[in-house]
Amino acid sequence: MDAGVMPLPPKGEYFVEVSMTVNGQAQSHDVEPRTLLVHHIREHVGLTGTNIGCDTSSCGACTLHLDGQSVKSCTVLAAQAEGSAITTIEGLADSARATGTSTGDQDWHPMQEAFQQCHALQCGYCTPGMVMAATSLLEENPNPTEHEVREGLEGNLCRCTGYHNIVKAVLSAAGES
Amino acid sequence: MIPAAFDYKVADSAEAAIAMLGEFGDEAKLLAGGHSLIPMMKFRLAAPAVIVDVGRITDLSYIREDNGHLAIGAMTRHTELEHSELATSKAPMLAHVASLVGDPSVRHRGTLGGTLAHSDPASDLPAAVLALGGTIVAQGPDGSRDIAAADFFTGYFESVLADDEMITEVKIPTGGAGWNYQKFNRRAQDWAIVGVGVADGGKGISLVNMGSTPLRATAAEAAIADGASAAEAAALAAQDTSPPQDNNADADYRTHLAQVLTKRALEAAGVA
Repeated sequence: MDAGVMPLPPKGEYFVEVSMTVNGQAQSHDVEPRTLLVHHIREHVGLTGTNIGCDTSSCGACTLHLDGQSVKSCTVLAAQAEGSAITTIEGLADSARATGTSTGDQDWHPMQEAFQQCHALQCGYCTPGMVMAATSLLEENPNPTEHEVREGLEGNLCRCTGYHNIVKAVLSAAGES
Repeated sequence: MIPAAFDYKVADSAEAAIAMLGEFGDEAKLLAGGHSLIPMMKFRLAAPAVIVDVGRITDLSYIREDNGHLAIGAMTRHTELEHSELATSKAPMLAHVASLVGDPSVRHRGTLGGTLAHSDPASDLPAAVLALGGTIVAQGPDGSRDIAAADFFTGYFESVLADDEMITEVKIPTGGAGWNYQKFNRRAQDWAIVGVGVADGGKGISLVNMGSTPLRATAAEAAIADGASAAEAAALAAQDTSPPQDNNADADYRTHLAQVLTKRALEAAGVA
């Protein structure tokens, strides 16, 4: 392809149908194949709790769960998530209520409660991604050491540098579960 | 950032993927976990006209022992390799290096076949496979061929894979003596500024980010074979390399790092 020349539009299908469950609800949309999962969730499904930060899979602000595992949704095509179960920050408390593990005055997920109790946020921008990464971390390692929490959250950046209380919150949530 | 438009195809088998590669030629790219290709497409460094998604070929996600080697399906994700008891006991270096790639969310998506096909000289797992003397199985329209890792990488993001070939499996010899992997970087989730892998007591020594491909430190390997000490072999680690210069390090610094890290890795692997 010559530099400066716009590529011709590709032949074939301009849209693909993607179906997935998002926070337990079936969602089906026709999307351009190049649609990123984070844009799909924010713009088509309408859930804006999942933030866009660096847009280069470095910061983790866009972390959500795809079939129970944390992923950076800026680096997944919506089409790749066809048939999968997505949980975003908006659905986390409901998922805890469904399994009888919600806690506190707000009846939240234990990780959300721990973030509140430990004041594990300053500006809050990284918080949805941090909470989703941290819950995925505890799924794989229910009793992590402080070092393992820090390593486990290496893909999530807090530009307020509020890591101390975030790590405390994750350890606190681990202790309660 | 949004990738340039492309046509999206899903392959449900290696054969289907290879047929699509034959149909679309070099306009097509295979998409596995996507954690190397999608960033390149977002930066518009890559703009394939057709994406063939092979990430759902679950038949190619496995880890099993097979005739003196560990056979790992190309679509095995880093997180599976990292947490596999079989991999940890039979190819502990590979499982350990898998745990150092990116961060946990990246490892939930990235695949062993994908990272090898991407052939980034700064990636960890290609260098580990190289040090371990692994074999890469590539399937094409006329069947499969085994490619020694030492013959696989040809240049920046380039390998001997043909346009219509796909990696289906990676074979890693089991057993072997002490191993170690040194990854030097400044930020937790970064690529290595320089990395060094030592397998089987120094029979295999590989270098990360010391040239246009993952490299074997052949002079250091030969020295170990002749009974040299860790320090003597490490002094030869950067011989015949042309390390890149970037914001993190110039070539002299990388040369120094390769020597220091090779000494550390050899000593940790039990070489005196």
